[in-house]
Amino acid sequence: MSIKDLNRSLWVFHVNTGSCNGCDIEIVAALTPRYDAERFGVKLVGTPRHADVLLVTGPVTKDMKDKLKRVYDQTPDPKVVMSIGNCGNSGGCFYESYNIDGPIDKVVPVDVYVAGCPPRPEAIIDGVVKAWKKLEDLEAKK
Amino acid sequence: MMDPLLMNVAMIPAVAVLGIILGLIYKGIDRRLAARMQARIGPPLRQPFIDLKKLMMKENIVPKNAVSWVFNFMPVVALASSLMLLMYIPFLQIPAILAGSGDLIVILYVLIFPSLALVVGGFASGSPYATVGAQREMVAMLSYEVPLAITIVSIAWLMSMTGSIGTAFDLAAVSAANIWSLVGPIGAVGLLLLLVVLIFVTTGEMGAIPVDAAEAETEIAGGLLAEYSGRNLALFYLTSAVKMVALGSLIIALFLPMTPVQLGLVQAGNTGMIANVLCFLAKLFVVVFLSSTFIRVAVARFRITQVVKVYWGYTTLAALLGLLLVGVDILLKVS
Repeated sequence: MSIKDLNRSLWVFHVNTGSCNGCDIEIVAALTPRYDAERFGVKLVGTPRHADVLLVTGPVTKDMKDKLKRVYDQTPDPKVVMSIGNCGNSGGCFYESYNIDGPIDKVVPVDVYVAGCPPRPEAIIDGVVKAWKKLEDLEAKK
Repeated sequence: MMDPLLMNVAMIPAVAVLGIILGLIYKGIDRRLAARMQARIGPPLRQPFIDLKKLMMKENIVPKNAVSWVFNFMPVVALASSLMLLMYIPFLQIPAILAGSGDLIVILYVLIFPSLALVVGGFASGSPYATVGAQREMVAMLSYEVPLAITIVSIAWLMSMTGSIGTAFDLAAVSAANIWSLVGPIGAVGLLLLLVVLIFVTTGEMGAIPVDAAEAETEIAGGLLAEYSGRNLALFYLTSAVKMVALGSLIIALFLPMTPVQLGLVQAGNTGMIANVLCFLAKLFVVVFLSSTFIRVAVARFRITQVVKVYWGYTTLAALLGLLLVGVDILLKVS
């Protein structure tokens, strides 16, 4: 049993930290028959306890900071955090706003950034592939 | 020759391993077929094995406010009881190891165990989502037990009325008698109804859509399993795979016991054995397809109140009608 088994069976949990729903809809689009992420073993789960990858969207509003941290802690190791969309990567149009505690990498360590407003489903699937790579690097370091 | 008792003891791990592997393969087929029916490509057939390996290497978290020994113990109970169920049911041409007098009643009771372990584990995990899921699972269990009991009782009644009173509740005897040969056309319609009822009860037992209100991941975050991760979740995953094989084998033993050798299509011997096993796998595939894949792609999830209505209302009604038809058939024959 090695980290390689994780590669083909990434269960993702989706956290919305104040996103406008644009990125969330693109995540759902990545799971539709047109893109079919399940053929790589990617599955959307309903609880962080089952998750391997956290898909985080939104600029992290003040309210969501604590919740995002808790969701991160509830996810069993080994795990990957993906920041989806410009808001989560840099704050986007809410950059330096008084109302946000983000971007996401100020709150939890982010492994993969996916740019776009919103990013296309292909970009999100590409991001998940990058997450495999990160896990492989983790294994190589051991 | 080996002592028969010793032989049986040696068979137990073999049956357990075979049941687990078969269950995982059928889970893979189920996922692949569901994807194809939704115009997707779907995961590879070995996906359940990959998922299982991954779950085994993940961290196993026990929540702070969970009752930890119950929380950790229940997945083991669930897997053990579902494997025990497999010991009572003949599958893959292997006769049931624990077969004995009245084992149909035992099966009826052991069937409750895996679901009950899930419920207790859900209550012990100390999460409101899991508690809601556990309550829903109990309600669902109460609902599908009624049509299940009616189905088993009608078969036992049919057996006893046609001359085998002593062995009416023996699965091996029912399987050997081939209940279709005991009834006329009216009774055959009744048995067909009971078969449909049992297939739909299997859907409920497996907790598949449309009756998976207890594990609804979109509304109550995975319900019963909300707090389970890593190894414990893997054990529950295995439980559902084994249960699928056990329930499918039960339906085959009760309703579809005919084998190619018995029908005279293939000569007995090695070829006959292989043909029988292949035929069993095909029958299991049909049962799994109808009770899980087809229905879960075709229908959306019921609310828990609707689950009760469907099982206690329509399904029980259908089962009673089946019982009535079988009864009429028997009375016509006797008079």
